[in-house]
Amino acid sequence: MTNSWTDIKNTDLIIVMGGNAAEAHPCGFKWVVEAKAQRGAKLIVVDPRFTRTASVSDFYAPIRQGTDIAFLLGVIRYCIENDRIQHDYVRAFTNAPYLVKEGFAYQDGLFTGYDEAKRDYDRSTWEYELGADGYVQVDETLQNPRCVYQLLKQHVAAYTPEMVERICGTPKDKYLAICKMISECSARDKTMTSMYALGWTQHSKGAQNIRTMAMLQLMLGNIGVRGGGMNALRGHSNIQGLTDIGLMSDLIPGYLNIPKDREVDFKTYMSTRGFKPLRPNQMSYWQNYGKFMVSFLKAMWGPAATAENEFAYQWLPKLDVSGYDLLRIMDLMHQGKVNGYFCQGFNPLLSAPNRNKITESLSKLKFLVVMDPLQTETARFWKDEGVHNDVKPESIQTEVFELPTSCFAEDEGSLVNSGRWLQWHWPGQEPPGEAKADTWIMAQLHMRLRELYRKEGGAFPDPIVNLHWPYRDPMDPQPDEMAKEMNGYVVSTVTDPADPSKVLLEKGKQVDTFGQLRDDGSTACGCWIYSGSWTERGNMMARRDTSDPGNTGAYSNWAFSWPANRRILYNRASADLDGKAWDPKRKLIEWNGTAWTGYDVPDIAVNAKPRDVGPFIMNAEGSGRLFARGLMRDGPFPAHYEPFESPVANVMAPNIRGNPVARIFPADLAALGTSDKFPYAATSYRLTEHFHYWTKHVWVNAVLQPEFFVEISEQLAAEKNIQKGGWVKVSSNRGSVYAKAVVTKRIKPLICDGKTVHVVGIPLHWGFTGAARKGFGPNSLTPFVGDANTDTPEFKAFLVNVEPSNGPATS
Amino acid sequence: MLHELSRRQFLKAAGAGVAGSAVAALGFGGAEEALAQAVRPFKLARTTETRNTCPYCSVACGVIMYSLGDKSKNAHPAVIHIEGDPDHPTNRGTLCPKGSALLDFVHSETRTKVPQYRGPGEKAFRQISWNEALDRIARLMKDDRDKNFIAKNQDGQTVNRWLTTGFLAASATTNETAFLTYKVVRSLGVLAFDNQARV
Repeated sequence: MTNSWTDIKNTDLIIVMGGNAAEAHPCGFKWVVEAKAQRGAKLIVVDPRFTRTASVSDFYAPIRQGTDIAFLLGVIRYCIENDRIQHDYVRAFTNAPYLVKEGFAYQDGLFTGYDEAKRDYDRSTWEYELGADGYVQVDETLQNPRCVYQLLKQHVAAYTPEMVERICGTPKDKYLAICKMISECSARDKTMTSMYALGWTQHSKGAQNIRTMAMLQLMLGNIGVRGGGMNALRGHSNIQGLTDIGLMSDLIPGYLNIPKDREVDFKTYMSTRGFKPLRPNQMSYWQNYGKFMVSFLKAMWGPAATAENEFAYQWLPKLDVSGYDLLRIMDLMHQGKVNGYFCQGFNPLLSAPNRNKITESLSKLKFLVVMDPLQTETARFWKDEGVHNDVKPESIQTEVFELPTSCFAEDEGSLVNSGRWLQWHWPGQEPPGEAKADTWIMAQLHMRLRELYRKEGGAFPDPIVNLHWPYRDPMDPQPDEMAKEMNGYVVSTVTDPADPSKVLLEKGKQVDTFGQLRDDGSTACGCWIYSGSWTERGNMMARRDTSDPGNTGAYSNWAFSWPANRRILYNRASADLDGKAWDPKRKLIEWNGTAWTGYDVPDIAVNAKPRDVGPFIMNAEGSGRLFARGLMRDGPFPAHYEPFESPVANVMAPNIRGNPVARIFPADLAALGTSDKFPYAATSYRLTEHFHYWTKHVWVNAVLQPEFFVEISEQLAAEKNIQKGGWVKVSSNRGSVYAKAVVTKRIKPLICDGKTVHVVGIPLHWGFTGAARKGFGPNSLTPFVGDANTDTPEFKAFLVNVEPSNGPATS
Repeated sequence: MLHELSRRQFLKAAGAGVAGSAVAALGFGGAEEALAQAVRPFKLARTTETRNTCPYCSVACGVIMYSLGDKSKNAHPAVIHIEGDPDHPTNRGTLCPKGSALLDFVHSETRTKVPQYRGPGEKAFRQISWNEALDRIARLMKDDRDKNFIAKNQDGQTVNRWLTTGFLAASATTNETAFLTYKVVRSLGVLAFDNQARV
């Protein structure tokens, strides 16, 4: 989230697309209700189903899953056509006036530089025109045909309301009503917030779904303001934290990157980072990349990381591909190229796509280690559970370890909520039986491996035997110790070069802010964006002050919000060019002639003059990007692509299947189904009574929603002779499941490109362990393909067939 | 007349130790005294309160856990009740159908309680000791790493990676667990590293 849950009360219009907050985030959704009740805010819901959120909305429109980009590009078109954009904001705070290189173009669904064989683009033309001074050339009048604004206007021209109806199945009158409501938020004193979740991410173009809305929000002047923003409603309690700390193939904590093979030394690695500003006076905050990186390496390897050995840069593994994400590793496992696998609180047998493939993959492992507080299906993938897990244990040679771990009630530490608040929590009991904290298990493994490498030697022991391990009890590190490492501390005293008697940073002290980090090895910091969370003043994450001056919803002394306790990102953009709030009733920070003051920590320097420094400090331009340059693999502008499995062809580019640069492995391409055999458009989702595959272990929730079902329309039920509550068999080209049919008015057939499209809804939550009845997850059906930028699997749009059935055979 | 006395007033009177006489003064005699005796003490009054956050979605509602035990050295606390934290700015004491049932998650019958092992081709788990499990896992890891570690690629560039073992981390663990996990996993050269953020 750019903003926070409590900030939603400040909005005028909420659009929920790609999510179902009332169902999946009920206690956060109360702030929508608050905005409706107190401010008269309106709620728009766009979803293939009439969801629980839709049931309390002011306006609902249906959409076919996987067509959100067409819908939103059409809204941008409407806003441009009807002159409903926030002109001053767009001109000053976005790259709309920037000129793009000659040669960049878009035609027939593709941008310049496409290589079909590689399924990739040469992105060299997706760049600005630079002047002799090294800065981007601009046209403040927005008239130059090569400026971003004109190129965007041209790009969205095709997405007329008629085209949107044809692609999305959204009736034109409803669509235009929504366009009008959204466009009114271009006024300086009107704000819209976007609340989205996995309904946008789990697509082969998920990142571009979100980008399209972000562009619209920039054009309306809604980023950086109270009640505005792009608000990702994240799924798990600490999915934000795990992302921040970079537990992904290609990440280093604080959104730094694992080096590539070609980055043979630290100097080469840094040569493409630490961006210089592309416009005069801009902060281009990544200029400090080297300080964050060296401080990270010092946190990893302590005294063994020295200037002489490039701070142990070579001890980091290097990537030869974009990343070994879940899909790639499961595919390699399927090829027999992976021997060991750890699942720490992750249940891939039910949460990775194409379950049959996952079962085959896990069966090829030599060993599998599962660390979990609950008995997961993954730990039992080898167990014969009849139709619910049809395997032969005797033919599976994998050694499996199930290690019991603590749950939240037994843990101490911090979690990051969707609004970037790091909230510390405390344990109320000890883990049951012999269960242990994950930290204990990780320490035990490290200490054993370190001992083995010291004793026996082996392949490149250096990074293991030198791993910085400064804990009071090396066998059982405690949360406060890791929290302090992540905040960062001074390794060696730093004095003022002008006056050596003046100590700037004192050895052993916690740093106050990432502004103090250095690239000479004198500071260590595990995760630079968390600097300030545990300073010499103590644990800022444990703060519980409920005061909220000005009633803004910021709660600045409750816990700690990264970065720098900032509650709304890009908050400089809440004020006009001269630093006065766009909307005086929603003041956030303002320029008082000498400094920025107000309710939040400014994201630009406190004394940076308003017309000098732009709000988007992480971008070298200082502005928000309507044109993403070469930073997205699938285009500097979003474009409509169908899901890989779609009931209709791409009407804008009929020869393109799916996202033209999304990675798909050959066997998975062959396993895609087509609409002649699998005619119905399926999607997956959560229910309010359940949380993924956890709450089926909880009696109360197992009682509330005991059994797997699928949702279909009355029309489809009549067509297929399916009874309410009767059994159906749902099949894709990869597998099939049995479910009870819920026949509902909440789903209605859509008309897309003249064809009737039936939507099938498939909730997740059931498996073969726990207190609920045994059932299936949607991953038995879903395709093994992910987003072009993130490789997030396409769980939200795929094809199935549905037939009446007698249910699973029981013995 | 007793029904006109609110529960709060009644408890207040009882708490002041004057319940019997106050009720008696109203002229109701022994029946109300017997009722006052029958009111069970408020169980949570004697528990230890601990602040936590709901482990499910990212709204991160504040919860208060009530545990038996007073944090004495050899007293084992047990959570007996969980409710929303009324001071929390986001949820203001409310919880959804999942958060309201957290107690049953903590005490679920299908929680893992002992380390278990399943050998090749076997049809069931059996219990093993932590030492046995951790020694065996460390050995499997080291053997695989030593055999398959790639120090240099075909072009002679230093790459120091280990691709034959992977690690999925959990987005319900704390930041502190995540950072320790990061350190241990990356120090081994693992690249097949991921978490639910991608899924």
